Amino acid sequence: MVDVLVTNGPWLIAIAAAFGFLMAWGIGANDVANAMGTSVGSNAITIKQAIIIAMIFEFAGAYLAGGEVTSTIRKGIIDSAYFIDSPELLVYGMIASLLAAGIWLVVASALGWPVSTTHSIVGAIVGFASVGVSADSVAWGKVFGIVGSWIVTPAISGFIAFMIFQSVQKLIFNTDKPLENAKRYVPFYMALAGFVMSLVTIKKGLKHVGLHFSNLEAYALAIGIAVLVGLAGMIAIKRLKMSDKADRQTQFGNVEKVFAILMVVTACCMAFAHGSNDVANAIGPLAAVVSVVNSGGEISSKAPLVWWILPLGAVGIVMGLAIFGKRVMQTIGKNITHLTPSRGFAAELAAASTVVIASGTGLPISTTQTLVGAVLGVGMARGIAAINIGVVRNIVVSWVVTLPAGAALSIVFFFMIKGIFG
Amino acid sequence: MPVNSILGVFAKSPIKPLQEHIDKVHDCASILVPFFEATVAGDWDKAVQLRKQISQAEREADELKREIRLTLPGGLFMPVERTDLLELLTQQDKIANKAKDISGRIIGRQLLVPEAIQEPFSAYLQRCLDAVAQAKQAINELDDLLETGFRGREVDLVAKMIGELDQIEEDTDDLQIKIRRQLFSIENELNPIDVMFLYKIIEWVGDLADLAERVGSRLELMLARV
Repeated sequence: MVDVLVTNGPWLIAIAAAFGFLMAWGIGANDVANAMGTSVGSNAITIKQAIIIAMIFEFAGAYLAGGEVTSTIRKGIIDSAYFIDSPELLVYGMIASLLAAGIWLVVASALGWPVSTTHSIVGAIVGFASVGVSADSVAWGKVFGIVGSWIVTPAISGFIAFMIFQSVQKLIFNTDKPLENAKRYVPFYMALAGFVMSLVTIKKGLKHVGLHFSNLEAYALAIGIAVLVGLAGMIAIKRLKMSDKADRQTQFGNVEKVFAILMVVTACCMAFAHGSNDVANAIGPLAAVVSVVNSGGEISSKAPLVWWILPLGAVGIVMGLAIFGKRVMQTIGKNITHLTPSRGFAAELAAASTVVIASGTGLPISTTQTLVGAVLGVGMARGIAAINIGVVRNIVVSWVVTLPAGAALSIVFFFMIKGIFG
Repeated sequence: MPVNSILGVFAKSPIKPLQEHIDKVHDCASILVPFFEATVAGDWDKAVQLRKQISQAEREADELKREIRLTLPGGLFMPVERTDLLELLTQQDKIANKAKDISGRIIGRQLLVPEAIQEPFSAYLQRCLDAVAQAKQAINELDDLLETGFRGREVDLVAKMIGELDQIEEDTDDLQIKIRRQLFSIENELNPIDVMFLYKIIEWVGDLADLAERVGSRLELMLARV
């Protein structure tokens, strides 16, 4: 038992919850706009629709599939063995990390840098642990894994995006009757999106709500949902009104209309994927604090998530989005002009799949990275008219800078908090 | 809040402005038809006014050209080579310049196309403008080319359009030979200096088609490299 934790326990939890909420709020306000940007930019959905979709699916993603990554950040990056004698350090550190990451996000946003929320929190945790406790307490292998993900993640999502866009070109655009083929094949893309999303939810997420499925059941259910999504898409496409003139000039325009329906599905996917991956950034450290304080200083290897933590993060994201995301998305609607639904679709489905898969394997990757990779992938497939490589370079630099910046801030806050409570 | 740096990844498409440019160029060259009609009708006031319109359109095309060049910074990753794109733009722009030169020379010398060759001349001019229109149409396919990733059916379609453009240009060559011959036959009745300039004008009008063809072959090169 550690006296500090017993006497100040409720305070520490309250502070951690407040910072965690702030962080979630920041994620919602900023990151979500990036995630949904391509949908809005291609005029497939309006800003209002985007916000509603994001609210529902961010929440669902955070709640249903968000648990897996949470544990990675909580236990994977730092070795809890070093904190057994002084668990209060872990509590201070996690609070410092939340504050550091939150502030770094605000600063970077104000300056217009597209930093990764994931990496800011990872950097922060690594920072306080290596300096404040011991350099050995950091699982450096995992950190190098994250550095490796700067290359691997965009590569994977770029590859998926490339393949998706190539297949779209082959099956739909590069044919005699693009419109007819679009009507025929787009439901399959919808089903694919539904499949990836539901499979990960079932396999990784539903544990939190107490449902367990065997592998076979999981696949069967995912396929079932995929078929349902596909059928719903087919009906939606049938009801779509378009001029049936066989003129090939208007055909591509009509094909884009079909893709616009698909964009709604991918937007849902993206929001879901984002929620499932990024909510952990805010609630992971919070969960660690709560579990340590509640157990009176005992660091258990497998602490169950307290029931209110996931909803807190999810609500934080949704509120940030609702209050601030609108402004951000409005800028998007104006900024991207030459993005069509078919191109945006390939980028978004690829990014969402990558995030969802990564979320399933527990690797804390960044949504920003996957999206950048996916956009590059579509560009390679000669789908996007022009990509600003200078901006891509800046984004990559900001990924690299985020780790040390988050670390430095969290070190400062760690010693401040230690001074106040210790 | 300058948040959306990630969306800055999507650079402004160079293809739309390229199409706007050739549209403007085509508009500019098309004014030559009413311009020559006005000169034939002896309405020089109107001709001067049309000449102003031509040079106005040429200026606008120039501005578009400059804007494309400026908004095409080095760090752009595009489905087509940037050098090809810029070269294409240069060729397009030359059409507008040529149209302006023609109208300027006519006004400057109050040059009248002699009655005997008025009819074949206007047919010849029209055919040359057809070439420009065809080039414009091919460039306007770029959007759809992007959609299909610059391959397959759409490329065949554009290749066919470019083939047609070559055909039109050949036509204009034939017409040019004929009109030169006709001018030669009446040469003696005309002011020798006017005749000199008439040959020049005929040549320049033919250049419109030549330049349009060159736009087409640039486009072809662009597709071949993809």
